[in-house]
Amino acid sequence: MTLLDFIYYFVLPVLSISIILIFIRFLMGPKMVDRVIALDLLVTTGIGFISAYSILYNQPTLLDVAMILALIAFLGTVAFTYYIQKKNKP
Amino acid sequence: MTDLIVGVLAFFGALFVFFAAVGMLRMRDTYLRISVTTKAATLGIGLLLVASALHSYELATTAKVFAIILFLFLTAPVSAHLVGRTSYFSGVKLWKNSVMDDMKGKYNPETEVLGSGLENESESSDAKKDYED
Repeated sequence: MTLLDFIYYFVLPVLSISIILIFIRFLMGPKMVDRVIALDLLVTTGIGFISAYSILYNQPTLLDVAMILALIAFLGTVAFTYYIQKKNKP
Repeated sequence: MTDLIVGVLAFFGALFVFFAAVGMLRMRDTYLRISVTTKAATLGIGLLLVASALHSYELATTAKVFAIILFLFLTAPVSAHLVGRTSYFSGVKLWKNSVMDDMKGKYNPETEVLGSGLENESESSDAKKDYED
């Protein structure tokens, strides 16, 4: 079993199952805050996906997208918490 | 040899991301969920990124990965603190079996003022200090 097989048959399925589990919490989340946390974790898992794909296809250029995604995740969390606090309703 | 190290790092990274996802689904409380998101997911993503940097053995990729990891490690506690503060102030309840609530009685929801909890008991705390001395 080579490294690429390992990435293809273990790492990517595990990350996919994680995405599904987090998305269930994103749909369930009783409060708005839970959805914000789930969104943050979804984007963070997307960074993991991108790094796994950059190993699989041997293209480190994809990591630029990961950097932008990390920036946007932080920005989204800050904006959502700002407006939730203004509205003062979870 | 490099392939083996990359495989082990990717294995543990994927495993920690999976633990974070399970914790996200199973934890009972918003605050517990915040703690899961901050620690386990950050470690897992960091391991995956290090594996990617080790696989393509270049300086440019390593610098990029270092920048991403540094940014993640800087922003994860900040965003977790923001979300926790917002959820406490907007009245999200703790789980019924939680044992600690350090901000109990220190925040007034009507006036939206956060105190240190020692405003009304200055005399009694002075007396207590004298007693302890």
